[in-house]
Amino acid sequence: MELRDLYVRFRDPKTIKALAKEIELEASKLANPINIMEVCGGHTHTIMKYGLLQLLPKNIFFIHGPGCPVCIMPKERIDHAYILAMQENVILCTLGDMIRVPGSKGSLQDARSKGADVRFVYSPLDVLKIAKENREKTVIFFAIGFETTTPMTAALLESAIAQKMTNLLLHINHVTVPEVMRELIDSRDEHIDSYNNQIDAFLGPSHVSVIAGSKIYEEFPAKYNRPVVVAGFEPVDVMEGVLMLVKQFNEGRCEVEVQYKRSVTREGNRKAQELIEKYFEKRDLFKWRGLGNIPKSAWKLKDAYSDYDAERVYDLPKEEIEDHKLCICGDILRGMAKPTECQVFGTACTPAKPLGSCMVSSEGACAAYYKYGNLL
Amino acid sequence: MCLSIPSQVISIDKEKCTAIVDTLGVKREVGIDFIADEVKVGDFVLIHIGYAMNIIDEEYAKESIKLYQEIIEKMEEDERQRMIEESDNCPGGAGGA
Ligand code: SF4
Repeated sequence: MELRDLYVRFRDPKTIKALAKEIELEASKLANPINIMEVCGGHTHTIMKYGLLQLLPKNIFFIHGPGCPVCIMPKERIDHAYILAMQENVILCTLGDMIRVPGSKGSLQDARSKGADVRFVYSPLDVLKIAKENREKTVIFFAIGFETTTPMTAALLESAIAQKMTNLLLHINHVTVPEVMRELIDSRDEHIDSYNNQIDAFLGPSHVSVIAGSKIYEEFPAKYNRPVVVAGFEPVDVMEGVLMLVKQFNEGRCEVEVQYKRSVTREGNRKAQELIEKYFEKRDLFKWRGLGNIPKSAWKLKDAYSDYDAERVYDLPKEEIEDHKLCICGDILRGMAKPTECQVFGTACTPAKPLGSCMVSSEGACAAYYKYGNLL
Repeated sequence: MCLSIPSQVISIDKEKCTAIVDTLGVKREVGIDFIADEVKVGDFVLIHIGYAMNIIDEEYAKESIKLYQEIIEKMEEDERQRMIEESDNCPGGAGGA
């Protein structure tokens, strides 16, 4: 097998078409329509980019979930990043699209235009390099992401400690997937009458399970009667994942299955998990943008590492901040509304001038609909 | 940010706990902290924000590819069947009687 195969085979249009046919055949046997929540924004992106919605039969729906680390960041924490960036002698580093998300004081990009040293990094490894090259400055890593990026932040801290670095701080915003899934089901079941649809099944993101294993989803079939298929991010992976879910319904099964067997095991990567457990512990509560406080859904540094914790070294405001009135990101993250239902979608809110976070990240549902909306 | 990219390991530096990988022709250095004990040159790995997350299991990848091949063949066979049936049902093949 060649490296190319790992790309082209899983994007092959013919395979996608053949899987669509299989899904159609299976779905024709379904007693009721099914709503599949793809938890992760990466899946939303694939679904929109490859036009998979158009290939699915009428009785299968996608509900876009909250799995985009940029989209769920509440304004008060973006403000933290902004405040930290504006401190004397600080270099603030962060990943991805975080730099463009507006907080109540502006985005990190705005901070930069006011003279702050804000750097977009590709990897925590770059942060280490920046800290070494700038010993006279405090380098703060605003760490974001789900289970997939958490061990890398732990590895960064481990290296910083081993190399006796004293000018590196972390601001930890790492969140976890199962807790938010639980919240979505619980909150939906509570108000069930007010929603015309409901999550029947989950498509779990593969890379989360590469680290945490597929076992993290076992409570969903067992306690909530929702099947889960852990699927990869290529379009063929997503289509096969959908097929596997439909088959479960037809065969009366409800379980966790792995489509992405080439990288996911039940146990996940133990070494990465050990690193997380070594440095982090769960917060009692963490506020998700649009979703509110969710118990045990995020990590913080253990007390033993408080010297590295920007939240403890600096005095940062604790008050909660409301979102923009017209923005319905919260409903979108809950899977209750589609981006096109927002009054300002594509008009007052665009990727160039985002009002809400779902329009910022390329994994945000609004940004994906904006970019690939002509396919709808 | 969230996507992970398949790459192939070209060389390993155990001491630095890094490897050079090839991502479709682009070479770069990544951290191998999570797979340091098992990884070998030539392995396929998934890269995410500068770290190799795991080693891709080639056997499973091949198994998937084989399964897809079968599904495609089945689809093509079905399409052939349908074409034959359609032309069978069309007397004279052009315009009818
Ligand atoms: S279009 Fe903009 S304002 Fe509307 S929900 Fe999406 S991000 Fe919020």
